[in-house]
Amino acid sequence: MIWSLPLPIVVPFITAILAFLFRRNREGRWISVMGSGVMLVAGVLLLIRVLEEGPVAAQMGNWPAPFGITLVADTLSAVMVVITGITALAVSLYAVTDITDEMEELGYHALFQVLIAGVTGAFLTGDLFNLYVWFEVMLISSFGLLILGGSKVQMDAGIKYVTLNLISTILFLSGIGLLYGTTGTLNLADLHFAAAEVDPGLMTVIAVMFMVGFGVKAAVFPLFFWLPASYHTPSFAVSAVFAGLLTKVGVYALMRMFTLVFTSDIAFTHTILLWVAALTMITGVLGAAAQTDFRRILSFHIVSQIGYMVLGLALMTPLAMMGAVFYLVHHIIVKANLFLVSGVANRIAGGTDLDKIGGLYKGAPLLALLFLIPAFSLAGFPPLSGFWAKYVLVKASLDLEMWLIAFVALSVGLMTIYSMTKIWGRAFWKPHPDGITPKLAHLSLGDRLCLLVPIAGMAAMTVFIGLFPEPFVQVATTTAEELLDPTAYLTAVIGELPDTLPEEAAE
Amino acid sequence: MEVFVAIMVGALVAASVYLMLARNVLRFIFGLILLSNAANLLIFASGGLTPEAPPLIAEGAYAPAEGVANALPQALVLTAIVIGFGLFAFALVLVYRGYQNLGTLNSDDMRLAEPEDAPK
Repeated sequence: MIWSLPLPIVVPFITAILAFLFRRNREGRWISVMGSGVMLVAGVLLLIRVLEEGPVAAQMGNWPAPFGITLVADTLSAVMVVITGITALAVSLYAVTDITDEMEELGYHALFQVLIAGVTGAFLTGDLFNLYVWFEVMLISSFGLLILGGSKVQMDAGIKYVTLNLISTILFLSGIGLLYGTTGTLNLADLHFAAAEVDPGLMTVIAVMFMVGFGVKAAVFPLFFWLPASYHTPSFAVSAVFAGLLTKVGVYALMRMFTLVFTSDIAFTHTILLWVAALTMITGVLGAAAQTDFRRILSFHIVSQIGYMVLGLALMTPLAMMGAVFYLVHHIIVKANLFLVSGVANRIAGGTDLDKIGGLYKGAPLLALLFLIPAFSLAGFPPLSGFWAKYVLVKASLDLEMWLIAFVALSVGLMTIYSMTKIWGRAFWKPHPDGITPKLAHLSLGDRLCLLVPIAGMAAMTVFIGLFPEPFVQVATTTAEELLDPTAYLTAVIGELPDTLPEEAAE
Repeated sequence: MEVFVAIMVGALVAASVYLMLARNVLRFIFGLILLSNAANLLIFASGGLTPEAPPLIAEGAYAPAEGVANALPQALVLTAIVIGFGLFAFALVLVYRGYQNLGTLNSDDMRLAEPEDAPK
């Protein structure tokens, strides 16, 4: 039994229980911050171990591989767990100030920690049905977080978010049923072998079902409508963690399934993914261009950025996969950070509607700087993290002589700058329409620390990744190699050649 | 046996799609519940349906006799039913609360989060 493997799932659950017990006092929020910190440490320990030894696996209840539930961490899973820990720590610190006492009493911190447990569980599981269960854990806690506060706008958004996500869940579940019916196994490593023996046509049908199910979660074209309808309504801490993590779980699931299991007809499935990626980038960025609300612009940009990650998966070359993984990590940090900045802007300027706020550059130059870093990183300015992510993906598509896709990726980057300068011009440069000067000094010192420390920390990380990309590129390259050649993953889970398994298990 | 269940799944999906195309959110939720039951039946049938053949393993043997339904999908479907029950209980309460707050069940009129005049 490898303890570092289930720890990132267990810690948030324990934290959730403690935070719920202490929800009426101030201790609850600090328990949440500490729990996130412990989870981050657990994630880092796991990542160190995976980088040293290669993929690790643990069989729950000591049932041998294809029969019991397997937890498995390869580099991709471990990296995602670490990045989840970083986001959780930043957002839980931010939430100390952002979440009202009333929402705390309703159990905000417990729901938040359960959400984190669901996300890490989805990253670490090696069993398809278990993945469904973690999706549900994540989904039900996100429902709670989304409508916590109970305003009319949240109800409206909640109905759209809940219903469309339920459809995707049911599709995913039906896909599991069909896959089990045809292959007789749910273990992802075992499915890798079993899928090769099934009629490829049938496999492709099931693959497309999974693609639609995960596509809704990942918010790709044309399945993204729930996202810009809901992400601007909950409290800022909630929308930051949603923006950072939830859609990425969908992308992760796509990456896992379409490199490990559904590889029988790459020419067909990955061509669909390629077009989906291009259209996702374009529609997202055009949708953002039409918006005038801080958070709604950012929401549409989540959609357009998802396109880049799917693009990396669709191209399926080592360089493109490396770019997709790099993009995934960079995007989580940057996007969560931008939502956190929008929360501070709302607090000191009195809204997120760009027509009703302004003067932030004059009144709060520090905040302006902290906005510029993630915003330019999102658009792909050198030397920030987004530049390398975009550069690698464009290079990968040029290597394959896909000029159109490379052109789309570059022009969407340009359009992203347009949206970011729109926010910059209207929220930061233009004077406030009411004539006031929004100042950070209006907040108490404690509030300022809790709000700005996570933002500054994540901005520093963006700059750091941009200036010293070498170690991150190396980890991303390892990840890409593991995804494209899953031998190490399979050996970690199953142990030996699959032929000897039934006898071994019977003993 | 599986053929009949397959036809039933098809009929349930057709009915649920019809319901989900309605503008009324409550009908949509009913459609979702039907769709979820169709998915559950699908998993149930994927393990094979064999009446009068209990999945019992004889003493000393490691596997049940031939011709017995796979019991794992039945366990999966129980989990899925329980999770689905929780989710739909939540969805129904949400729609009711939404009706109280927004005063409508028509999804076309639910434009608070996305006001029609928003893009400028």
